Amino acid sequence: MTEVRLFATCLAEEFFPSVIEAAKTVLERLKLKVRPVRASFCCAQAPFNEGLREPALDLARKFLRACEPGAPIVIPSGSCTSMVRIFYSDLLANEPKLAERAAALRPWIYEFSQFLVDVMKVKYVGARFDRTVAYHPACHLTRELRVIDQPRALLAAVEGIRVVDFRNPEECCGFGGVFSVKLPHISAAMAEDKIQRIQESGASTIVANDCGCLMQLGGALHRRGIPIETWHLAEVLAAR
Amino acid sequence: MSAGPSSSGFLESSRRGVADADLRRKLENATGRHLEHVAATRAEFPAFDSERDAARRIKEDAIGRLDELLVELKNKLEANGATVFVAADAGEARDYIVNVVKRAGAKQVVKGKSMTTEEIELNPALERAGVEVVETDLGEYIVQLRGERPSHIITPAIHLSKEDIGRLFADKLGIPYTAEPETLTDAARKRLREIFLSAGVGVTGVNFAIAETGTLALIENEGNGRLSSTLPDTFIAVMGIEKVIPKLSDLPHFLEILARTGTGQKLTTYVNFISGPRGRHDADGPRAMHVVILDNGRSAMLADPVLREALYCLRCGACLNVCPVYRRIGGHAYNSTYPGPIGSIVSPNLFGSAAAELPFASTLCGACRDICPVRIDIPRILLHLRWRESVAQPAIKWPKAAVKARASVVRFARMARFPRTLRLLTRLAAPVLRPFARDGYMRRMPGVAGNWTRWGRDFPALRARRKTRQKPAEHS
Repeated sequence: MTEVRLFATCLAEEFFPSVIEAAKTVLERLKLKVRPVRASFCCAQAPFNEGLREPALDLARKFLRACEPGAPIVIPSGSCTSMVRIFYSDLLANEPKLAERAAALRPWIYEFSQFLVDVMKVKYVGARFDRTVAYHPACHLTRELRVIDQPRALLAAVEGIRVVDFRNPEECCGFGGVFSVKLPHISAAMAEDKIQRIQESGASTIVANDCGCLMQLGGALHRRGIPIETWHLAEVLAAR
Repeated sequence: MSAGPSSSGFLESSRRGVADADLRRKLENATGRHLEHVAATRAEFPAFDSERDAARRIKEDAIGRLDELLVELKNKLEANGATVFVAADAGEARDYIVNVVKRAGAKQVVKGKSMTTEEIELNPALERAGVEVVETDLGEYIVQLRGERPSHIITPAIHLSKEDIGRLFADKLGIPYTAEPETLTDAARKRLREIFLSAGVGVTGVNFAIAETGTLALIENEGNGRLSSTLPDTFIAVMGIEKVIPKLSDLPHFLEILARTGTGQKLTTYVNFISGPRGRHDADGPRAMHVVILDNGRSAMLADPVLREALYCLRCGACLNVCPVYRRIGGHAYNSTYPGPIGSIVSPNLFGSAAAELPFASTLCGACRDICPVRIDIPRILLHLRWRESVAQPAIKWPKAAVKARASVVRFARMARFPRTLRLLTRLAAPVLRPFARDGYMRRMPGVAGNWTRWGRDFPALRARRKTRQKPAEHS
């Protein structure tokens, strides 16, 4: 059985354990052996984005030690994937040994939908989801990893689903990690406007590939009592 | 250094921006229209991306040999009859310009649009010297009448509606109230034409300075740049050192992309080429021409290999329009001549540590980099500045909330080094906190997460199950 590693990400471990379960389920249905990355908790993006290089280095070191080239490492987050695939080279610029390890690991790192479509060559995973869905393309997924069509293709192949468009879908939801608590008023205003545009679309469910966006949009929807649910793509693909 | 915002300024001014529903609606409409135009003009021009690459390469080359290009430009401009002054900082530039105006004996100065003169705060300096300054770009004229600064680098009055402008003109120009753009433009035009004829000095910015020929290219839509640079007897052009490009044949690449991203036009209405003062056989044009080449912190940006890229900026303004932060708070919230994503890079470098907060005013969503005509990697530079500001000596004095947020990240990073312990803690805490949650969300949180719940969002409960967050009876 081919083995893949699943890096859960800190937000999923803390707030969205169902996302990890769902990702595991989908991968196992493809007859893959899923082994979690247990020795690392966070990709280092939170301290890195705050300009805190030393704490970020500690976490990156931890991640690089926890993973090894040779088996695909699947991450259910565009943001964390881009941290490892793209931003590590900046973070590790003065750490030649770690940088070398990161470079060796890079071709094995995949965002969840990217892995399914680009590596496993699947679109239909046997999912059924009888809802009207607005897909929110997460920023790092879209503009760092350029993973644009894969999630949409996976969603389109889900039975019973109706995917609807909404205005300016690619505008950021306002999460931005520490940004969301450092400049909370701007962050909340971005979520507010995004939600309004999604409401106009008639969707009952927002789907995204990043727990950060889910947390932001889900939290703003719940505060307003708006009956739109937020689901991770993996959860939709695991649904039957 | 001048014009720096105070460190606590951004938090408050951005709160005002967010709270102004009227402002947000105007910004959404205006920037949304702009983005539609940009998408449309780009779509009908297949060579757009290759022109971007060509323009980028020219900028890389030009910034890479600024020293020789600036000498060449200066020599060519002087050979063409212009007087060139290289200003190390804003004060030197201001003093020089005020002196030229005084020596010309001018009582009135007309100005074409120029962010560089905003940067050096030229208008107040001229007014202190007893000179009347009139902005002649319609948007600039409007904000000047309101006693404001531009809130956008291309569309200075983007924060105002036509009704706002109608009320302003009724008040300041004494015309009957109307919100009809044609009538309002006509009223401004009449007033400005008179001043063009009487002003002794014209001042404009510069979009590109061609070293090979000593030619200044001025890109505009209203003809006011042309009038400001040709009608008055003395003409002063103000440019940053980064505006120089090597050859005349480089310019078309920039013309193909600048208006397309700046305003969503194929080309602006006016592209002026200014090569010197009135010659012996010329029937018109200024008798004296001065070119002020401003450094004001730009060389220091050149010294930093990551920051250097920011000097490729064409000041097209597209990154402001596409920025989800700018669109929610408006340009005035940045308390800087240069707002938006590129402003958050440039301002701390031109105005010092007082603007150190601005690199944090971004979710790093990357929309700015994608729209940038010369593909400046703005998120990467912002990250670089965040790191640089966080290790700056002497340490920057941050607002209290920022200090707390930062400390919580350090705490989290420390704990995240011990995944097993952190996992155990999360698992133990989740059931204890569950009674406080409703449908998997917390309404109130302590500490830094309180910033989240105080601002319109419930916080996800620890390890909540999917089912908890589902709404009953949901089928479409």
